[in-house]
Amino acid sequence: MAKKEIMLGNAAIARGAWEAGVKVSAAYPGTPSTEISENLVKYPDVYAEWSPNEKVAAEVAIGASMAGVRAMCSMKHVGLNVASDPLYSVSYIGAKGGLVFCVADDPGLYSSQNEQDTRLIGRSAHVPVLEPSDSAEAHDMTKLAFELSEKYDTPVILRTTTRIGHSQGTVELSDRVCPDDIPYERDVMKNVMMPGMAKGRHVYVEEREKKMAEDASSMAINRIEPGDDETGFITSGVAYQYVKEVFPEASVLKLGLVYPLPEKLIREFASKVKRLIIFEELEPFIETYVRSWGIECEGKELFTLQGEYSANLLRERLKSEQAKVSAKEVPNRPPILCPGCPHRSTYYVLKKLGIHASGDIGCYTLGAVAPLGVVDTTVCMGASISMLHGMEKARGAEYIKKWVAVIGDSTFMHTGINSLEDLAYNGSSATVMILDNSTTGMTGHQDHAATGRTLDGREVPAISIYRICKAMNIEHVVEVDAFDTAELERVVKEETSRDALSVIIVCAPCALLKGQKFPYKVRALPDKCKKCGMCLKPGCPAVKKKEDGTIEIDDTLCNGCGLCTQLCNFGALERYEI
Amino acid sequence: MATRNIMIVGVGGQGTLLTSRILGGLMADAGYDVKISEVHGMAQRGGSVVTFVRYGDKVYEPIVEEGQADVLIAFERLEAMRYAHFLKEDGVLIANDERIDPMPVVTGQAVYPEGILEDLSKDHTVYSIDAMDEAKKLGNQRVFNLVVLGMAARHMDFSKEQWVSVIEKTVPPKTVDINLKAFETGYAA
Repeated sequence: MAKKEIMLGNAAIARGAWEAGVKVSAAYPGTPSTEISENLVKYPDVYAEWSPNEKVAAEVAIGASMAGVRAMCSMKHVGLNVASDPLYSVSYIGAKGGLVFCVADDPGLYSSQNEQDTRLIGRSAHVPVLEPSDSAEAHDMTKLAFELSEKYDTPVILRTTTRIGHSQGTVELSDRVCPDDIPYERDVMKNVMMPGMAKGRHVYVEEREKKMAEDASSMAINRIEPGDDETGFITSGVAYQYVKEVFPEASVLKLGLVYPLPEKLIREFASKVKRLIIFEELEPFIETYVRSWGIECEGKELFTLQGEYSANLLRERLKSEQAKVSAKEVPNRPPILCPGCPHRSTYYVLKKLGIHASGDIGCYTLGAVAPLGVVDTTVCMGASISMLHGMEKARGAEYIKKWVAVIGDSTFMHTGINSLEDLAYNGSSATVMILDNSTTGMTGHQDHAATGRTLDGREVPAISIYRICKAMNIEHVVEVDAFDTAELERVVKEETSRDALSVIIVCAPCALLKGQKFPYKVRALPDKCKKCGMCLKPGCPAVKKKEDGTIEIDDTLCNGCGLCTQLCNFGALERYEI
Repeated sequence: MATRNIMIVGVGGQGTLLTSRILGGLMADAGYDVKISEVHGMAQRGGSVVTFVRYGDKVYEPIVEEGQADVLIAFERLEAMRYAHFLKEDGVLIANDERIDPMPVVTGQAVYPEGILEDLSKDHTVYSIDAMDEAKKLGNQRVFNLVVLGMAARHMDFSKEQWVSVIEKTVPPKTVDINLKAFETGYAA
């Protein structure tokens, strides 16, 4: 009997890729895609790396494919924006060794800045898109993606969503079958995208897409599940599971290849059912095509463009069933910076000085909300630095005297480095704070080029962020300990008042980083407490106000960073060695 | 067998992912089709987290929805309250009797409700335990989630031997004894 295992969707993708003989994988961490690489690196005979960003990762995979082996890159949906430059052109070039882009969308915004739909990028880049509906399919379709890539000479997008990547289900395992490396042949008409060659390849891309659309109607992953002909659903991904849950008797057209769509099969299905409903999360992608073919259907007018779908959504909109018990009014529990997080003291200092922060992507984005309330903007990776530059150029140097850019070390190495280059080049007087906690925090502690360790755990020379800044001819680059609030305050005052570009590197490792030692804890001395609330200002979850107004420290949470002791003017909080 | 629905709710960092791994292993060992859905990323930084576990002959959707949970395991009182409406009418709530203030309560923008478990008992079957206290008595606070799981085990259809076997396989080898003790404590409570 084949071995079965319960696997996270992302682990199933890694397994599928390994079984398909993938030899090279590159990625930048991003929820909900990160675990693909973290699982893949555990298998033998695969090279897997963290790349500085998704564009680089994609290009590493393209190079490996061109060298004749199966290769993949993985990223979250917004990561594909960064990697879209290589994607659009490698679509023209095609694939030698199977080339797969695993892209994870995040409907419901569990950990993202937007709800974009990757199927639309597949369509606009003329790249086929596969969409699994559980871990088993994630595994199987990853293998299929490599086969289709080679058969049709195209990169293939394997599109998942949070509910697929972060759900576990049963997967049937097989052995690894590694195709032979394909011998190299110089082919400039195919591999060098100059205008003359690209014109020819564009013709090929259109033909390839047409052929694939025709073949799609007979692919096993696009299947009609016959049932009651009253109502038929066209659906894919996790939405398929909701349809099966609520309407087990209905006719269903389950799509595994969501671009290009199998027009013939869709027409056949539509002709068999009286009422045709398209059930798809996010954009009306399938629906728009179906309508464009003159087929009557219902879709977004019944459901929604936003968030995740559910079985209850179907029950409510199609069966008029409402849940009997409604939710109680409960105080929110938004995510917060951890106890001992070095970002907390940085934000405490910025808030005290009345400074606004142009923000970036990472745990420190949480500085936007109460009680810290320092971060004013967040757009995308690296934008903190370049946006502050834009503000200065719009309104002058005085305008940004009460502003800084805040960016993490990993985000800086991702694309912040390009933004800083712009400031150094184009006469900025901004203050950039690089919050260096020695890891990629939010996604669960991945290494990068400045940590000195690779995805497979090898020690390598760490790239120095300080020396990068110095190499850009930035005169004022200062390193400060995040928990030395007095010094940090002095440095921030000095650098923001300066009429020149400066970089403050705020150093202290993430409190959750593996191997972190916490030799201290803090205790409260209630007799000395004046109930002033100073220690509560940075919003540490370990510092709590008792009913009588005095403070207690939650021993289970406190990591002994000592920020609160620095804020207490009455000696009512004391750090002690444990 | 009709699909059964379990939910685990708590505060990011409380160890819901370990608990769901144990439950998944338990159900897979018993030969069921299992789907588990969990939250990673931003919410794990002290936010409200929820894990869904579904098992049966054939499981379709990976999430549990409002009004469908057979068992709701809550690691914190406020989270029990937040998700209580996910319970079926005859569903069971297993609650860790612990309070963790969310930031709006810490900053004074919201008030932590009093008498949550008493109120919930009016509409639901509620079993609660101060698991943190029990775990402290065992000498390791971090195993409190196994105490809660032990209590939940009494209200689910698996034998104690099945539970013990999967715990032994799932937790780090050095911590098997203390985790089993914690489980026993909850089971006997």
